[in-house]
Amino acid sequence: MIEVDIETTLGEFPLNAKFQSKSAVTALFGPSGAGKSSIINAIAGLIKPARGRIAIAGKTLYDSERGIDLPTHKRGVRAVFQESRLFPHLNVRQNLLYGNWFTGRKPSPSLHEVVKLLGLEHLLARRPRTLSGGERQRVAIGRALLANPLALLLDEPLASLDDARKQEILPYLEKLVAETKIPVLYVSHTKEEIDRLAKTVVRIDAGRVIGIEQR
Amino acid sequence: MFDFTPEEIAAIRLSLWVASIGVAASLPLGLLAAYALARWRFSGKILLDALVHLPLVLPPVVTGYLLLVVMGRRGVVGSFLEQYFGIVFSFRWTGAALAAAVMGFPLLVRAIRLSFEATDRRLEDAARTLGANRMIVFFTVTLPLALPGILAGVVLSFAKALGEFGATITFVSNIPGESRTLPAAIYTYTQVPGGDEGAMRLVVVAIVLSVLALVVSEILARRVSRRFGALG
Repeated sequence: MIEVDIETTLGEFPLNAKFQSKSAVTALFGPSGAGKSSIINAIAGLIKPARGRIAIAGKTLYDSERGIDLPTHKRGVRAVFQESRLFPHLNVRQNLLYGNWFTGRKPSPSLHEVVKLLGLEHLLARRPRTLSGGERQRVAIGRALLANPLALLLDEPLASLDDARKQEILPYLEKLVAETKIPVLYVSHTKEEIDRLAKTVVRIDAGRVIGIEQR
Repeated sequence: MFDFTPEEIAAIRLSLWVASIGVAASLPLGLLAAYALARWRFSGKILLDALVHLPLVLPPVVTGYLLLVVMGRRGVVGSFLEQYFGIVFSFRWTGAALAAAVMGFPLLVRAIRLSFEATDRRLEDAARTLGANRMIVFFTVTLPLALPGILAGVVLSFAKALGEFGATITFVSNIPGESRTLPAAIYTYTQVPGGDEGAMRLVVVAIVLSVLALVVSEILARRVSRRFGALG
């Protein structure tokens, strides 16, 4: 269950987003600059809304009325960004386990399962700069999965890739959704990705929710 | 020509020791100052910036004199440190290390600050969304990514510290075996008749050490940038 009800201004630009979803995959769909990434950043705690409430799976991450504002690292939501943001000084295996080594807990799903799920077996010793764009995004998704996510926030994870690469990654995402029970919030401006993955589609335009569909 | 006298060897060793201790001791404070200047917003930031850069623009003799006044045995800080911690700076090698640290500090901070400013903040955000608190982010992402700049700053301030003369001689004088560093020893040779040969020996050593420092920094920087590669 993802509950978002936030109001804020970003520079000149008002953002007013209210939606709820119980689906495994909820899409935020809308044109570039509509405010989708700002919603993701607010959920991740990277920006602070002026007022409102954000809760995921019963955990309140932000509530202006009750004075709750968990810091980013305590929110448990794991983000994958358009630019993979892999750590250049770490190899693939170290990147994958980054969110895990300082918690000391065993990741669930395990490294082995995630590596298999995303087809990363032959990449573990490589440095991010030697990977293709599609490989980088797969590692970024794996890194988020291995950090015991409460929810995954995928912010245009395929937008920087060409069509062939997108087709390469989409099956992995479908498999991920089918095999894990982690709620996913998926931001995209591409209809095909949404159609293949999402059960609930939240349409965003000019900083507002203009419609919610169930599929 | 290169039969060093024991005094010359003492001066060379002292210089290396003093510069190493000075840089090592100022590195934590340098990291903090650089991080504050690169990342934090606070009133008085311009003042901190000016203070950090002061040794770069002041005549070294002025810096040395101020150190003598403040950190000397009768200085405000100096007397306190002696009374409660037993640390004495004036006319000791420790004072030479302090002078070296102060004079190298602007170069140290400038280089580190630049690399903190150049670090991709989005990588730090990514680390935070993976559950790392600010301290862990600093040590696992910010610091490793800034490593080339930190190394450059360390080597630059080390080279500066090796060559420090004015502030050192003003603060801790020129005592053989205690505060007579390489530049002070060269200066001493130039003040006595027939000292040319000794001065030349030490000048060659100074040049070799300085060039070596630069070469080492260049090699380290290249190795680091090759290891990290372009940001991916």
